[in-house]
Amino acid sequence: MARRRLIQAVGDALAEEMRRDPKVIVYGEDVELSITGDTRGLHDMFGHDRIRNTPICEATLTGMAVGLAAAGYRVVVHMMFSNFFYTGMDAIGNQMSKLRLMTGGQVELPITVIAGYGGGAANAAQHSDSAYPMLLNLGGINVLTPSTPADAKGLLKTAIRGRNPSFFLEPSGRGGEIGEVPDGDHLVRLGVAAIRREGTDATIVAIGRMVKPALAAAESLAAQGVSAEVIDPRTLVPFDETTVLSSVEKTGRLVVVDEARERCGVASQIAAVVAEKGFASLKGPVRRVATPNVAIPYAPNAEAHVLPGAERITAAVLELVGAVRRLPA
Amino acid sequence: MTTRTDGRDEDTGREGEPSPSELLSLYEQMLLIRRAEERLRDEGAAGRLPGEVHLYIGEEAVAVGVCAHLSDSDYATSTHRGHGHFLAKGGDLRAMFAEIWGKDEGICRGMGGSMHVADLSKGILGANGIVGAGMAIAAGAAFGAKLDGDGNVAVCFFGDGAANQGVLMENLNVSTLWGLPLVFVCENNTFSEFTPSREVTAGRIADRARAFAMPTVEVDGNDVVAVWNAAGEAVERARSGSGPSFIEAHTYRIQGHFESERFVLSGGRYREDEEIAAWLDRDPIARLGERLVAIGVADDASLAAAEARVMERVAEAVAFAEAGMPADPALAEELMFVREEV
Repeated sequence: MARRRLIQAVGDALAEEMRRDPKVIVYGEDVELSITGDTRGLHDMFGHDRIRNTPICEATLTGMAVGLAAAGYRVVVHMMFSNFFYTGMDAIGNQMSKLRLMTGGQVELPITVIAGYGGGAANAAQHSDSAYPMLLNLGGINVLTPSTPADAKGLLKTAIRGRNPSFFLEPSGRGGEIGEVPDGDHLVRLGVAAIRREGTDATIVAIGRMVKPALAAAESLAAQGVSAEVIDPRTLVPFDETTVLSSVEKTGRLVVVDEARERCGVASQIAAVVAEKGFASLKGPVRRVATPNVAIPYAPNAEAHVLPGAERITAAVLELVGAVRRLPA
Repeated sequence: MTTRTDGRDEDTGREGEPSPSELLSLYEQMLLIRRAEERLRDEGAAGRLPGEVHLYIGEEAVAVGVCAHLSDSDYATSTHRGHGHFLAKGGDLRAMFAEIWGKDEGICRGMGGSMHVADLSKGILGANGIVGAGMAIAAGAAFGAKLDGDGNVAVCFFGDGAANQGVLMENLNVSTLWGLPLVFVCENNTFSEFTPSREVTAGRIADRARAFAMPTVEVDGNDVVAVWNAAGEAVERARSGSGPSFIEAHTYRIQGHFESERFVLSGGRYREDEEIAAWLDRDPIARLGERLVAIGVADDASLAAAEARVMERVAEAVAFAEAGMPADPALAEELMFVREEV
């Protein structure tokens, strides 16, 4: 085990995979200096053919990834913030997510797109979105939302070695968080959730950056005599339905915490899955704790007001537990 | 790859001449595309095709003149009007027809259709339903070719409509900056879907590339030899590591944007019959045929023999497509992801 910051774990994963396979190419805006630090140092190690700065032209960066992958390379595109997916969206929504089917399976596109997402740093509306729900709706893209340095490293390495397009979403502002990372060639399978805390009264499924406040909520709930289980899905596509459904079968209550906006967010998707497949286990309604359907405001107090936090999660669980307790026997 | 002819003019690409056998090959390829698409036009009109087709009739000289310089290890991206590029780049007519008929034997197993014909084994990265989308894909393939370092190139076919997409500027910039082995081929067929391009296009399209100091040439896109010469220069420049080039080929879309447009336009018109007639007089296939006879490379009998060979291939491809198995609906689920064990 080694103690690594999240951005260091990402950098380690990139360096290891670039060393392992000369076909791994990294490019993006400012990847040589790296504003978040995750690609820092790689240019000195691997040179201009393997990692390079690009112009600011997201529509071309995502499109080039498709062509470069079709030409036999493993492409890592760093897009800095998930809001910039919007400017690169044609190649994401019309090309990389569809070409395999459209070509009858002729093409494989080993593309990994890295971007930070989420609020909490007064970056305002155009740099704070959690722009992943739209990716889930495209069909042909893996979506990875690590919450720890170990998972960041393991999931990224798996994505780079994979044969499908994957989006790797780094929690913005959490790059400095430190965690234990296993030594050696650490890989994490896609589609396997992690149970971060076991509990019996309610299940909290928390995505990416939301795992930390969910664990804080579980701690405070424990002090109030409520035992909450916290599940970190780790990847949204593929999604580990089994772990979530088993937990709900045990607890009978589900709160889903998603930093994306509530309407058609991933919380809605997970709620739908449990409603369809786990309805008999539920003792009450599924609750979503998400960002309301607004743009993220700048002022820190306003931003904190809209983003999901431990207090809202705690309240949602208490309401579910309390509502059920009020039911006649 | 063809060898260069001496004395070619850098600016117009008009001098120099393909060899007699190359000329005959150019003729027969154009004719194959023409007759194949005429059949698609007729099959579509008879209601025998499941989807819409966007036909390349009148523009064949561009695809054929450019692709004559390419091999299977070179890359090409195409447009929604992509049958000509597919066939000129070596795609199989039978597999293309089966695709358009929605059959399992289709080149994309019936999952793509007319607008998405692709054959990765021949470097055909796909026709594309999104106007302008092929540019960045071609640039990415060209980046790969440059990293490979074995002299392969990428060609991006796009239209005057796509030239108004912002990605043109992005790709002119990045391909120049990185010295990519990329050839931009703008097929200016004068229409952006249902709007004359002059109404929606400022300045000259070729000037947009000249602004990047990119070697740029405008050619008569209905003269296959002119296209062949210009493309020969551009492809050679890319192969030798001298970076991207831009060709604007002036041509004309004889057919509509798509074949059943009269049903959606409700009698609305965007051009006059006289304009179509004037361009029919400049038909690239007839022009090359006359030239072949004039210079003694072909005679009426040999052109008729080419016609017969082409018609037989088209008929055989239709029979193949009609006899094919229906597409497998389960593929839609199976093909979204590569199944992997990780």
